[in-house]
Amino acid sequence: MSHKASSRNGNLAYKIFQYVVCIILAILSLFPFIVMIVNATRSSAQIQAHALSLIPSHYIKSNLAVLTSKTFHPLIAFRNSAIISIGATVLCVYFSTLTAYSIVAYDWKFKKPFFAIIMAIMMIPPTVTSIGFYQFMYKIGMTNNFAALILPPIAAPATVFFMRQYMIPALPMEIVQSARIDGAGEFRIFNQIVLPLCKPGMATQAIFIFVSQWNNLFIPMILLTDKNKWTMPMMVSQLAGDMYKTEYGAVYLGLLLTVLPIFVIYFLLSKYIIAGVALGGVKE
Amino acid sequence: MTGSQKHLKGMSYARYGYLFALPFIIVFLIFTLYPTVYTFVLAFTDAHGVGNEIKFLEEPFANFSKILSNKTFINSMKNTVLLWILNFIPQITLAMVLTAWFTARRVTIKGQGFFKILFYMPNIITAATIALLFHALFGYPNGPINEIITTIGLRDSSYNFFTSKTAARLIVAFIQFWIWYGNTMIVLISGVLGISPDIYEAADIDGANGSQIFFQITIPNLKTVLLYTLVTSLIGGLNMFDVPQLFLQGGPDNATGTAVVFIYSKAFTGKQLFGQAAAASIIMFLIIAVCSAILFYIMRDKDAIAAEKMKKADMKARRKGASVI
Repeated sequence: MSHKASSRNGNLAYKIFQYVVCIILAILSLFPFIVMIVNATRSSAQIQAHALSLIPSHYIKSNLAVLTSKTFHPLIAFRNSAIISIGATVLCVYFSTLTAYSIVAYDWKFKKPFFAIIMAIMMIPPTVTSIGFYQFMYKIGMTNNFAALILPPIAAPATVFFMRQYMIPALPMEIVQSARIDGAGEFRIFNQIVLPLCKPGMATQAIFIFVSQWNNLFIPMILLTDKNKWTMPMMVSQLAGDMYKTEYGAVYLGLLLTVLPIFVIYFLLSKYIIAGVALGGVKE
Repeated sequence: MTGSQKHLKGMSYARYGYLFALPFIIVFLIFTLYPTVYTFVLAFTDAHGVGNEIKFLEEPFANFSKILSNKTFINSMKNTVLLWILNFIPQITLAMVLTAWFTARRVTIKGQGFFKILFYMPNIITAATIALLFHALFGYPNGPINEIITTIGLRDSSYNFFTSKTAARLIVAFIQFWIWYGNTMIVLISGVLGISPDIYEAADIDGANGSQIFFQITIPNLKTVLLYTLVTSLIGGLNMFDVPQLFLQGGPDNATGTAVVFIYSKAFTGKQLFGQAAAASIIMFLIIAVCSAILFYIMRDKDAIAAEKMKKADMKARRKGASVI
């Protein structure tokens, strides 16, 4: 009897321990962002006196005025990031699905080596070939050109790989066959039958591609030297400069602005994002 | 499936296969393969600055020997590995513990969905922003962390985290850990959920307890997923740039300078020594290629390979049978 009671106590203690750890980790996830949001509304003088506070103030407008009066231009960076991220996402998802379909639906001679190459290069990050990429783009005059960032995702091995895995069970070839019998052309079959059937998989990929494009720093940083072409993560580096050294409130507000779209996406789509990570749909 | 494919062959739809793969192939050749080959070529040249004439070096491997004897590069490689180890060991440990808790079938934790969403969140937020946010949090003399330290009496005065090599390294490693443990946890949980429930039922019948089940069933069955996590994390770790670059530009005294930070500063600051940066890139490329070959080997489709072998053996047997008749 007493043995049972003590083990029940032990279980309870263990359970409390689990919850305490989880709650601490949850606070750890939120704390930096809460400080960021609250301090974005406080004046630099308030932050200098007390850097840590959970009570928002009302200086967000004056912080914004300070922020935009110097080298940080949120609207330009937002527009640039949006153009690049949306353009790259649309092209990447469409052409990756098309490429995956070419592997799944057709028998062609070099299909197997082609897929093996896709698998092999999936993991090579663009940073290690960036020197050749930059010199090549410089030679053909494509630095400071968004096309140099929007076009390369057309050949995204990881997305092709994911879409192939997705398509094999999700796409019944019988439907394609009967469309052929009805006389539909191959390209029309892809656009009007295959694409709608692959929508859930494409949506998952679209979220991840958009986020990784939005967060991308290295390649835009070497390619875009014109300040009017800068993206959000590049604009962030301005906040580390001497200009904003004592403008604490403005710095926190600037940081908040750069991640605002990502926050919105995450709180709307977190369920799908977590499910997508579990599927192995993400790779960085 | 096989029936329809046979039909496809008969109708010669193969050209559509080529056609639909063509955009990928063209873009790949222009934007990935050519720059890769060009990086290899540049590694043997004196390329520097922009718009200068590029000449091949008289001693072909001069850039490589310069890089391999460059103290900053060696130091950056050491930092990269050190920062990766400092973040990966706690990361995988915590992810395993959370996986064990979240997949335990007897004692379930309530609010798992909520915890997963919060633990994963740092992974999706712009790393560049996170680096500068932590720079603000650890600010000297009056950042939030210093305020906590002095208020609770851990120290009498503020601590300058940015001038201490150890502190800077630990913070960068912590940021990497904080960004990635939620992702690793979700990958591991999905790995555990993929293990056949029959095995667990059998263990239950045999009267195994929670920790026996975890160490003797879950971990062995999770081997592939663990290896996958290890290799992808290593490749990502070798590629670490955003956080160390923006947190302290690799400082203090190059204590947080990683290999990619080194390549960036060689090629895009100061004298813009593209040739040497290309040589450093090639060294990194080769290391990552070896890692991803390992991953490729781990992830190869064992079922498909087995099926292929069976098919071949079957065909052979049939041919033999036919010749006998």
